[in-house]
Amino acid sequence: MIRAQPFLRRNALGLIGLTILFVAVACALAAPYVAPYSPTSISLVARMKPPAWIEGGSLSHLLGTDNLGRDILSRVVHGARISLAVGFAAVILGALIGSTIGILAGYFGGWIDSGLSFLIDVQLSFPFTLLAIFLLATFGGGFWPVVLVLALATWVNYARVVRGKVMSVKGQDFVHAAQTVGVPTLGILRHHILPNAVSPIIVVASFSMAQAILTEAALSFLGVGVDGSNPSWGTMLNDGRSYLQSAWWLTAMPGIAIALTVLGGNLCGDWLQDRFDPRLAR
Amino acid sequence: MSRYLAKRLFMAVLVLFGVSFATFIVGHLTGDPVALMAPENAPQEAKDELRRHLGLDQPLLTQYARFVGRALTGDLGHSFVQGTSVAGLVAERLPATLQLAFAGFVLSLLIAIPLGIIVALKRNTVWDFVVTALAMVGQSAPGFWIGLMLIAVFAVELRLLPVSGYGGFAYLVLPAITLALQSAARLTRLVRASMLEVLGADYVRTARSKGLRERAVLVVHTLRNAMIPVVTMAGLEFAELVSGAFITETIFAWPGVGRLAVTAVYQRDFPLVQGVVLFAAFAFVLINLLVDLLYVAIDPRVKLA
Repeated sequence: MIRAQPFLRRNALGLIGLTILFVAVACALAAPYVAPYSPTSISLVARMKPPAWIEGGSLSHLLGTDNLGRDILSRVVHGARISLAVGFAAVILGALIGSTIGILAGYFGGWIDSGLSFLIDVQLSFPFTLLAIFLLATFGGGFWPVVLVLALATWVNYARVVRGKVMSVKGQDFVHAAQTVGVPTLGILRHHILPNAVSPIIVVASFSMAQAILTEAALSFLGVGVDGSNPSWGTMLNDGRSYLQSAWWLTAMPGIAIALTVLGGNLCGDWLQDRFDPRLAR
Repeated sequence: MSRYLAKRLFMAVLVLFGVSFATFIVGHLTGDPVALMAPENAPQEAKDELRRHLGLDQPLLTQYARFVGRALTGDLGHSFVQGTSVAGLVAERLPATLQLAFAGFVLSLLIAIPLGIIVALKRNTVWDFVVTALAMVGQSAPGFWIGLMLIAVFAVELRLLPVSGYGGFAYLVLPAITLALQSAARLTRLVRASMLEVLGADYVRTARSKGLRERAVLVVHTLRNAMIPVVTMAGLEFAELVSGAFITETIFAWPGVGRLAVTAVYQRDFPLVQGVVLFAAFAFVLINLLVDLLYVAIDPRVKLA
């Protein structure tokens, strides 16, 4: 009992972040069971109902209904599926691309490093979202195109951190020892270099998850995001925008869902960063 | 100094070449502009003539070389849709973008710097907790959504300000606040962290232990050093505001470069998109270069190699 308090204090923000993410993932996985209605069922008699706590609202639609009488709470819960699926897929793909490039640049140095670092510099001085909108508007949106674009937007974060970490590790004795006894390069990278880069990769992944969800919302808001029968939070914002004058809750609710989920990712990122390496620059 | 400057300039030019090539290739991957421009039932000969007229029958590298050659003289080509010069369209919209970016930037600094300093000095109090929590939430909410909520409250509900559009000061308020809140959320946390780091440094302890008054310790020893990382970050924020405010501009129907770009994307106006992306990259690189130079001026420890 004496120890419990400092542990909670030190990890409070991280635990809040984990809880938020856990609830979001649970909603996404169990959406049909959690949501009171189908996200697409239309009810013309119950159109534009305000949330329950406002005059005219009712407990049967806690967060109100939209212009077609669809239940907002159900749509927000189902929207978690798309936002989180896009986020996770983008994080995995981005981490794969970025870590590979970071390891190659950091380990081999020389012209490989110069070339890859130049690529990183170009990417960082690029209004990338604009290019993403351009690509998606032309070739069409959808799940995988959006994931690919988000991975291309976030790989730099991994590459920079991993490159720095690898450069600091590769001069150490255990790497020299492995080289001396003739471990093949691929083996050194996999067994001696990569494990040291795992904690910074996890930290970047938390922040990138948050960034991916925000960017997906922006893309869907502009009408070039994940297109499908199920609502995404960004699409809901775009739909709700036309009714901002009369029904603010259409816009407010999905935005709160986005903000909470992103907050969860950011809190986890901050927490992991403090735990793994307090001096790791963001 | 001049060697450093030359090196930085060389890198900036290289980066711009990289960006121009990337936009050029992407533009060409996105389909045949002739098919978009010509009426569907136009005869093949007419389409070929248009293609020749636009220089689209040349090899890719030739087209790229011509594009770069013209861009160097300030000629970014002509908009497919509007027929006018891209450089002219961008120049026409630039004042509105700069006006908004500048207003947002100044407001953001006015919020972030005092707030960050105060909560760093009142570390672990209720104020610190509230401000840090607000900054975290502000960083997590989509910027354009904050803008929509501001419209819902201040324009629709309270009817204090116009919903969107361009005109007098009243039209500037909401979009500027939208941009400022996003940027201030990031900067406040940075100012706080930077202040805390400097306050814990040996030279600050020395200054205190030799009996300097707290005010002198703060002003002479802490603030100046704590602002060094803030300058870099603030520069990046400004670059971001100039080159990346397109969703905010779109929501508020603000006639800036960002909204021009979004419209051009929807109309598949390939030279216009290319021009705007190139312009945004140029602005970004230029501002970063200026920030680096400023950095040298305020931090004498930076040795230029």
